[in-house]
Amino acid sequence: MAIEVKIPTILRTYTGGAKSVDAKGDTLSALIDDLDGNHPGLKGRLVTEEGALHRFVNIYVNDEDVRFTGSLDTSLSDGDAVTILPAVAGG
Amino acid sequence: MLSIDRAIRDAIVDHARRDHPDEACGVVAGPEGSDRAERFIPMLNAARSPTFYEFDSADLLKLYKEMAANDEEPVVVYHSHTATEAYPSRTDISYASEPNAHYVLVSTREPDSVEFRSFRIVDGVVTEEPVEVVE
Repeated sequence: MAIEVKIPTILRTYTGGAKSVDAKGDTLSALIDDLDGNHPGLKGRLVTEEGALHRFVNIYVNDEDVRFTGSLDTSLSDGDAVTILPAVAGG
Repeated sequence: MLSIDRAIRDAIVDHARRDHPDEACGVVAGPEGSDRAERFIPMLNAARSPTFYEFDSADLLKLYKEMAANDEEPVVVYHSHTATEAYPSRTDISYASEPNAHYVLVSTREPDSVEFRSFRIVDGVVTEEPVEVVE
């Protein structure tokens, strides 16, 4: 099961410059573990030590922000598209 | 150095004035790798706050898809401070995640004058840069 994951500029240091990579997993959490296996360090930029999605990033599955679809428990199927974007915010 | 057309600089300042006392925010996109700030894109501050700004997550996705389709990147990411100086706050630094972008800060704290400054923010390090306004 291959899912295309779009990688933002700031995280392309982990993917050898690739703008998108393929990964596997039936939940977002499993997908991130798979990504981290091939691109070590990536998980730490997406998930906090407490195991929650980092507030500095937005992750979308087929254009839906996963914060509204179950966060890391969001289920995935073959052909889904995952997009990672840094939040644009500040004080 | 940030080189920016006067019309775009003025549009950023106008946006900041219009949304005062809330913070205004947006992007100026340009061809990938060109460092040319060409397409002014004001964004909605989803936080509608005088002390915080945030692009709405659906707007953010739409913006990045549009830029990807046009082979563009965010050359400038701007926002305003409405009661403090035009210098990145600790929160600004912790969120900054476009290593190629010029982070523009506008302060609208004075009604008659405006501060317009540009910074690089890379790995938590802030470096101010000169701004060249092109007529």
